[in-house]
Amino acid sequence: MRGATRARWAACAVAVALAATACGGGDDSGGGGADGIVSSSWGDPQNPLEPANTNEVQGGKVLDMVFRGLKRYDPKTGAATDMLAEKIATTDSQNFTITVKDGWTFSNGEKITAKSFVDAWNYGAALKNNQKNAYFFQYIDGYDKVHPASGKAGTDTLAGLKIVNEMTFTAKLSQKFSLWPDTLGYPAFAPLPKQFFTDHAGWLSKPVGNGPYTIDKYAKGSSMNLRKWDKYPGDDKAQNGGIDLKVYTDNNTAYTDLTAGNLDLVDDVPASQLKNVKADLGGRYINTPAGIIQTIAFPFYEKAWNTPDGAKVRQGLSMAINREQITNQIFQKTRTPASDWTSPVLGADGGFKKGLCGKECTYDKAAAKKLIQDGGGIPGGQLKISYNADTGSHKEWVDAVCNSINNVMGNNKACVGGPVGTFADFRSQVSQQKLSGAWRAGWQMDYPLIQNFLQPVYYTNAPSNDGKWSDKKFDDLVDQANAETDKAKAVSTFQDAERILVQQMPVIPLWYQNGSAGYSDRVSNVALNSFSVPVYEEIKVK
Amino acid sequence: MGRYVIRRLLQMIPVFFGTTLLIFLMVNVMGDPIAGLCGDRQCDPATAAQLRSEFGLDKPVWQQYLTYMGNVFTGDFGTAFNGQPVTELMATAFPITIRLTIIAIAFEVVIGISLGVVTGLRRGRPIDTTVLILTLVVISIPTFVTGLLLQLLLGVEWGIIKPSVSPEAPVNELLIPGLVLASVSLAYVTRLTRTSIAENARADYVRTAVAKGLPRRRVVVRHLLRNSLIPVVTFIGTDVGALMGGAIVTERIFNIHGVGYQLYQGILRQNSQTVVGFVTVLVLVFLAANLIVDLLYAVLDPRIRYA
Repeated sequence: MRGATRARWAACAVAVALAATACGGGDDSGGGGADGIVSSSWGDPQNPLEPANTNEVQGGKVLDMVFRGLKRYDPKTGAATDMLAEKIATTDSQNFTITVKDGWTFSNGEKITAKSFVDAWNYGAALKNNQKNAYFFQYIDGYDKVHPASGKAGTDTLAGLKIVNEMTFTAKLSQKFSLWPDTLGYPAFAPLPKQFFTDHAGWLSKPVGNGPYTIDKYAKGSSMNLRKWDKYPGDDKAQNGGIDLKVYTDNNTAYTDLTAGNLDLVDDVPASQLKNVKADLGGRYINTPAGIIQTIAFPFYEKAWNTPDGAKVRQGLSMAINREQITNQIFQKTRTPASDWTSPVLGADGGFKKGLCGKECTYDKAAAKKLIQDGGGIPGGQLKISYNADTGSHKEWVDAVCNSINNVMGNNKACVGGPVGTFADFRSQVSQQKLSGAWRAGWQMDYPLIQNFLQPVYYTNAPSNDGKWSDKKFDDLVDQANAETDKAKAVSTFQDAERILVQQMPVIPLWYQNGSAGYSDRVSNVALNSFSVPVYEEIKVK
Repeated sequence: MGRYVIRRLLQMIPVFFGTTLLIFLMVNVMGDPIAGLCGDRQCDPATAAQLRSEFGLDKPVWQQYLTYMGNVFTGDFGTAFNGQPVTELMATAFPITIRLTIIAIAFEVVIGISLGVVTGLRRGRPIDTTVLILTLVVISIPTFVTGLLLQLLLGVEWGIIKPSVSPEAPVNELLIPGLVLASVSLAYVTRLTRTSIAENARADYVRTAVAKGLPRRRVVVRHLLRNSLIPVVTFIGTDVGALMGGAIVTERIFNIHGVGYQLYQGILRQNSQTVVGFVTVLVLVFLAANLIVDLLYAVLDPRIRYA
């Protein structure tokens, strides 16, 4: 009976394997449906879900639902309006007194006081906590002590923050910054409950905030169920019963689920489906500007690019790009040709000025060629535009831009693309100044302010000034604008600074990116805010 | 047989260290993963430096490898960039992929072998030709085409299945993805079985069995099939590892949060802890599957002995 025993042995092995996988099931929770729950696509957040540690849209989506800060950006206009702030007062644009509105609590019942903010900001700024958005607190006095550029931090609390009484605190900035209160709508400035500090792991597995939704269930990496918080004290109460976020491995699958009626909302329509979107969804497709601009940046740390006549070459290259045609054909009108260095979401009052760049950003074959030749030609005889090839279909548009430039120059090799394997590798080459040619760049705003589109990217040695461009006049104008107490005056001074970018063309503005979303016929009142995140609390279920 | 197993297990050790070292080096040459964590902006240098030291990325690669392997033996696979321990990711991803793999293997065994037996016994008949053409079609179409097509037809057009699998991935939702994942291997299993059966059908021992007057069923199952299964078992065994690692495409199409998804994310985000951890486990699975296949030979053919 040798055979029989052996057979039994094999059967046992299979049985063990099966038991190990515990043929699981679990109830069916997809699809939404009951109680006005909206199901929506989601991506796995890249960083732990902490307000000062979330710098990408997927985590930001959740923070937007479970947190409210001192200010809030109006979903339609992008203007910063008071939320938890009773009053933010200043006389010199440097010392601010902030009064928190009474009557707000976290969803666990804890009262929100000045301390909830001061503790949260100190946590966010402290180097030891590794918060990726720590730089948001850089304007507060004492930031260089809690977050030195190198070495150990001397202290963990910002000297510039002082609690006056239960509901009031003061913030002293290290420089004048009149628009600073308007930055406080960013999630990094959200208040945090005591549990965050006492039971950090517990909080991370189920974050508690003060927004219109509470987190009901969070399965990391796969789904999050948010439910309406009935006792939410704000005016922007949720209009639906809750949101079920579902992580998709591929946004094409999310789109397929939407067309099959298995999902209510997709906030990132894949580029390959843009051709079908009208036929599939009809009017249930949104395509609105977001606070993102894409550009081509140059290495000013390289001698060849940092020449007195270089500006002419860069202007010429800008004029050699047929933005209209590329946005129409490659992006199916989900991008808008750029004519300044900000974004339409700012609105005219906020500093967006259509056509500020003028003819320097308009396609003109003859003028482009002449300018490039007057400036001494492309350094090295060839423009190489580096990009990361792993995501975002950058290859297509870089090739198209090069094609456009090559046409103007009448030379097939005037411009070539330079693919880099992964985004991380691309970013490390950019940040370590390893690229000797141009590269694709982009800027997604942190808050809808013209300051945010200019200072972090073009100010001398600013954190995102990867090309190391520097211009004294530009810096002076930015300082002047920040010191201005009158908002309109500040904005127009920023625009004066922007005009220097036209003359110098440190980066070529390409186009403003739009946010795109599609939704099912079960829901209505769907809109994207200026960060291209759906305004979840306003969605109504039919 | 005991000595054979021990020898095989000992052979696994250098293979294990070799593969993990290779993966470790490959992930490390791709550049600085921290640079990709802050999106299109530069991470502030102080935070980046601190993250680097926290993940041990500031040390030389050999030292990183030694520390990593040391930790692995205590069951610590490190932490992914989103703050989750890699073991936690494995605990959610592996059961799902194993479930999917078992379904795929079941399809291969049941459908593949039955079709193979039927066609092998009826060589040259219309059914044989039909199945041969069908398997040729399946082999020549890439998995992602079959997957997307079935998803579109069954999920969107006819509404028989949901186009995407829910996070819990119950067995009934995994049937179609499992079939897609199995499709190409299934065709190979059919063809392998067919050839093997057709060849052995003319063997002396089958003629003897028939001559003894054994019932046809017994001849086919006990004598013919058992002897013809050896190449098929080898194929299916090695396929276990290939299916688990190669599920990336299928998992992506049907939104299954299994091993393929985690590997894809890990590679995209250049998260060496995730990638090395998952590949290490996959290597072990592959080695174990191969060992089991070799041991199964003895079950199928008593003449095979291990010393």
